[in-house]
Amino acid sequence: MRPGFADLVFGAQECFSALMNAMARPGRMQLCAMLDDLPHGLAPAAAAAVLTLADAETPFWTDAEGGAREWLGFHTGAVFAPLPAQAQFLLATRGMPTLAGLNQGSDETPQESATLILQVSGLDDAAGWRLTGPGIQQEHRLLATGLPEDFLAQWAANRAQFPRGVDLVLCAGTQLVALPRGTEIG
Amino acid sequence: MASLARATADELDALLVGLPPLPAHRVVRGPEVGLTMLRGRAGGDGAAFNLGEATLTRCTVSLDTGTLGHCWRLGRDRRAAQVAALLDACLQHPEWQDALLATVVVPLRDRLSEVAALTARRAAATEVRFATLAAMR
Repeated sequence: MRPGFADLVFGAQECFSALMNAMARPGRMQLCAMLDDLPHGLAPAAAAAVLTLADAETPFWTDAEGGAREWLGFHTGAVFAPLPAQAQFLLATRGMPTLAGLNQGSDETPQESATLILQVSGLDDAAGWRLTGPGIQQEHRLLATGLPEDFLAQWAANRAQFPRGVDLVLCAGTQLVALPRGTEIG
Repeated sequence: MASLARATADELDALLVGLPPLPAHRVVRGPEVGLTMLRGRAGGDGAAFNLGEATLTRCTVSLDTGTLGHCWRLGRDRRAAQVAALLDACLQHPEWQDALLATVVVPLRDRLSEVAALTARRAAATEVRFATLAAMR
């Protein structure tokens, strides 16, 4: 078993600050590099985000197996949800689960929808999609590799049901980018 | 483990003096201090109620072989929690088990049961037997 944050409080606060800025400024890259010694299959930014957000009161789902799954369970204390639809936070390390299959929240309680932390193979904020929406003054560029082919269609459907919908955190290595449900990808 | 979790850090150090040094290890979590809710039972039906919160220290260490040792103890003694977690990990290894049981765990358990017996004797001396009160006069 490997350790989590070297300093529990400051590690989680630094990562929370990165996540908050990422959500406030969709598509803008944040760095989260407090974890370096990780179980096989976990990226530093994604692992830090899970350790920061998940706890014993948040049902958590992940497709990671073996040592990575044990590590996440030990350090978060979270209860593993058997199905993606039952989880409040999700970590996908090997491909994205269908967005429509996750908890979408309700019109009265949209804040209860799922947050999906997704490990992708690469992120680049100098090319690719044009992002617009709340938190973006003009537009942001973002290129994420390793997403399913129908991602843009899934995202458009997710955005169409606002205020319901899933929030997405994309992670590659120590880089982290958030796509809140209101962001439009063109 | 109950004996290890009640021993002070100095007590553990004193008991470990005669043994070869404990194996290399890394700390996986803590030692960190937190609070836990103490629950009690009261009333005729024994319904649970929250008595109050107590400080709790927990620590987890990992040996080079991958064996994990855990310690959760009342109080804020971080060093005792770490030593007890390391002993918990070592006690799972056959080559350490007998020596540690004989030199650390058994003496600790004996001392703790002595303390418990002394407290019980002192409490017993103050006992009032309501049913036999009339006969004692």
